[in-house]
Amino acid sequence: MESLIELKDVYYRYQEQEDEDWVLENIDLEITAGEFIAIVGHNGSGKSTLAKLLNGILLPTQGEVRVGGKVTTEQEDLWQLRQQLGIVFQNPDNQLVANIVEEDVAFGPENLGLPSAEIRKRVDEALRLVGMTDFARAAPHKLSGGQKQRVAIAGVIAMRPDCLVFDEPTAMLDPQGRQEVVETVEHLNRQEGLTVIYITHFMEEIINADRILVFADGKVELAATPKELFTKVDKLRDLALDIPQITELAYQLSESGLDIDTNIFTSTELVEELCLLK
Amino acid sequence: MLNDIMIGQYLDRNSIVHALDPRVKILLVILFVISLFISTTLIAYSLLGIFIIVSTLLAKIEFRYILRSLKPLIFIISFTLIIHLFLTKGGEVLWQWRFLSIEEEGLNLGLFMAVRLIFLITFTSLLTLTTSPLELTDGLERLLEPFRKVGVPAHELAMMMTIALRFIPTLLSEAEKILKAQKARGADFESGNLIQKAKSLIPLLVPLFVSAFRRADDLALAMEARCYRGGKGRTRMNELHLAAKDYVIGILVTVFLLTIVILS
Repeated sequence: MESLIELKDVYYRYQEQEDEDWVLENIDLEITAGEFIAIVGHNGSGKSTLAKLLNGILLPTQGEVRVGGKVTTEQEDLWQLRQQLGIVFQNPDNQLVANIVEEDVAFGPENLGLPSAEIRKRVDEALRLVGMTDFARAAPHKLSGGQKQRVAIAGVIAMRPDCLVFDEPTAMLDPQGRQEVVETVEHLNRQEGLTVIYITHFMEEIINADRILVFADGKVELAATPKELFTKVDKLRDLALDIPQITELAYQLSESGLDIDTNIFTSTELVEELCLLK
Repeated sequence: MLNDIMIGQYLDRNSIVHALDPRVKILLVILFVISLFISTTLIAYSLLGIFIIVSTLLAKIEFRYILRSLKPLIFIISFTLIIHLFLTKGGEVLWQWRFLSIEEEGLNLGLFMAVRLIFLITFTSLLTLTTSPLELTDGLERLLEPFRKVGVPAHELAMMMTIALRFIPTLLSEAEKILKAQKARGADFESGNLIQKAKSLIPLLVPLFVSAFRRADDLALAMEARCYRGGKGRTRMNELHLAAKDYVIGILVTVFLLTIVILS
């Protein structure tokens, strides 16, 4: 299959810091339409910089970034590229523009210059997809963090992108809000077929990803499926990353001599494994 | 505490005045203010007064809200009245005490100016009471659009107003959080004279400003990521449409106001 997003030999550093280390170094990446890619890494590993490179907010110092065949350095294609690849940012408060939910969701399509009726249709559809239809006329500051983040997602999908990038969308949310956002993301990927690039440092959120890329010091340190990755508990510890608690528990149980599988992500799976023990 | 602050004073009612196009309302208010300043006769003022009362009734707005809008300006209104009472001379002497005197002209002019101010405030507040901030912004943007060519940044002004309205509650709740945090560390915001009080606000304002700038940065990034590139080529989900009632009411009120101006 043809790849939707392509990064070739990408290097990046901030202009004013010529003598400093690369923020991103030698990134080669291909992402196919419909994939759910998770990117993890501790602070300063360059994962957020990657998000900004994808839609041309930042331009690579070397190498090239292509989205749907378009290069991010091509100024003329930039707006079409940003319509194709939407980004949901970390702080839910700082990305909502209007003081009524549906007006905010309409902001993106309005920028695209669509006719009113089409915008109306897209806004209703986007709000339905994130389950916020009942709050269409509400004021953003009256919503919970998770709800605000869902509105932000609706605002991006109303532009009908092919790919959604989430830059730590749950970092500022409570557990309830995190759950809401993760469910919405998984739904959009599975049911609506949107390509998802999900940047986070919560391992629990990405157990359903197709591929996980582990970033460290601006490089891709590991690339694996969740099942493969979470068995490398020691390696992840070296990179200062958490693994899901249940997986960790299973790992420790197996270390201390219990005969159980360590490929476990949910408590139900663990209970089943434990019941199989003699 | 700060969360209850209402933005604007919009009252949601189902009335013909509310349903009117914001552009028509803004234009009529401007026209009203002009007529108010041109008219000088008692009849004209009685008619304008009746017009305000009828509009308020049609808008289903209780009179206490209208009166409340006068409250902050009571001082200016009484000041105008008193200055005119004692300083404008002419006509019969109505009252005399040592060097202070009230003469007929002064009384007339004083009352006249006071009523003018009261009408001005009540009618303009009727606009903000019956039009949501969002509609007002939209209406202003559309009205200013023809002036784009002479350099009036219509879209930019409207966008600034929208963002301000969006972030006022956010920044207020943030201010409250900082206030509590600083109080918890022993900051004293209440005691001292005016200068000391103003000084004690520094630990509140500095973090608030820093965070406002950070938010602005984030928001600009998010707006660009959503393809924002100014007003050019931008469409709206809710376009304003002038309906038959907008034309009818607009023309009727204009004719009414013009008649008053011509009569006086």
